[in-house]
Amino acid sequence: MILTVNGDQVEVPNTVKTIAELLQHFELNNKVVIVEKNAEILEKEKHAETLISDKDKIELVHFVGGG
Amino acid sequence: MIIGAGALGTGSAEMLVRAGIGKITIADRDYVEWSNLQRQQLYTEEEAEQRIPKAVAAKKRLTAINSEVEICCHVMDVSVEEMERLVEGVDLILDASDNFDIRMIINDISQKYQIPWIYSACVGSYGISYTILPGETPCLNCLLEKVPMGGITCDTVGIISPAVQMVLSFQISEALKILVEDRLHLRNKLISFDLWENHQSSINVDKIKREDCPSCGAERSYPYLSFSNQTKTAVLCGRDTVQIRPSQPIDRDLESLDKALSRQLGKVSRNPYLLSFSTAEHRLVIFKDGRVLIHGTKSIPEAKSLYHRYLG
Repeated sequence: MILTVNGDQVEVPNTVKTIAELLQHFELNNKVVIVEKNAEILEKEKHAETLISDKDKIELVHFVGGG
Repeated sequence: MIIGAGALGTGSAEMLVRAGIGKITIADRDYVEWSNLQRQQLYTEEEAEQRIPKAVAAKKRLTAINSEVEICCHVMDVSVEEMERLVEGVDLILDASDNFDIRMIINDISQKYQIPWIYSACVGSYGISYTILPGETPCLNCLLEKVPMGGITCDTVGIISPAVQMVLSFQISEALKILVEDRLHLRNKLISFDLWENHQSSINVDKIKREDCPSCGAERSYPYLSFSNQTKTAVLCGRDTVQIRPSQPIDRDLESLDKALSRQLGKVSRNPYLLSFSTAEHRLVIFKDGRVLIHGTKSIPEAKSLYHRYLG
């Protein structure tokens, strides 16, 4: 499956079916991440149930603490 | 008011002082170290050599830049009590801190006194910023829901100066709009970028505002202003050691922490219960339940500073 993640085309294995699995795939599952799918923001509770499909545009923003 | 006088604090203070802001308050608990000079633009080698407190060094340089601006600098470990005192008469709070403990306090203070604040942070080549307007936008607690457990920090993975400057450009443009009362032009988006990976993203997070948020919702309790939600510190008698305990027990992933720290610091030793490593003058022991012992100091501000430097 080909996705556009933060503007780049990325191929992810077909075993990755949901937003939660995608976060795991990118090792972001332990971080606080804001997810936007096809220009629509997703509440955290929906990460596990939201399916992803080919050509989806995903934005992932994670919070960092440095300054 | 700027909380923190590190990379972001020195940069934002210099921009605002050069712009001729009327009065600026800066608070920081740390002193200048050699490793700061790569990015913390108000400081010099002499100040690192003499370990001058950052707030003192910042005031000296800022006054030399523009003597007409009233500059109040505090060498201070800011927590709830200090923040309640400092915030009087403040129009805008700029986040230039290095940890989420203080950011959650800033967030609750901002909501309690209806003062806008701008969250900003950077690490490596990555940066992020969001302007929080009480009564309008979601607050940091809506966005995060819980305090993120640290991980990477500027001292464990480094930081490049352009990432600092980029975050500053976003933060101070928004600050100027608020200060000249041109709210129509505010960005109203969560912005993030990675200058090395050539990414940038800008998303509208309005939908994330929660009616039941304890910091900004209808029935608010300002949880981070209460003692039980603060990180606790204690000097351990006769041991030249400070213990830092998170407000809630956490299950720290010692294996990932080991990986992150050993890249930067060399030898890290670990058993199933704790991890320990040494810097030039201190030894830090991190327990799986989140407690940290900092050996080699009796100073709580110094211990907190080391804690956030390595653990976020």
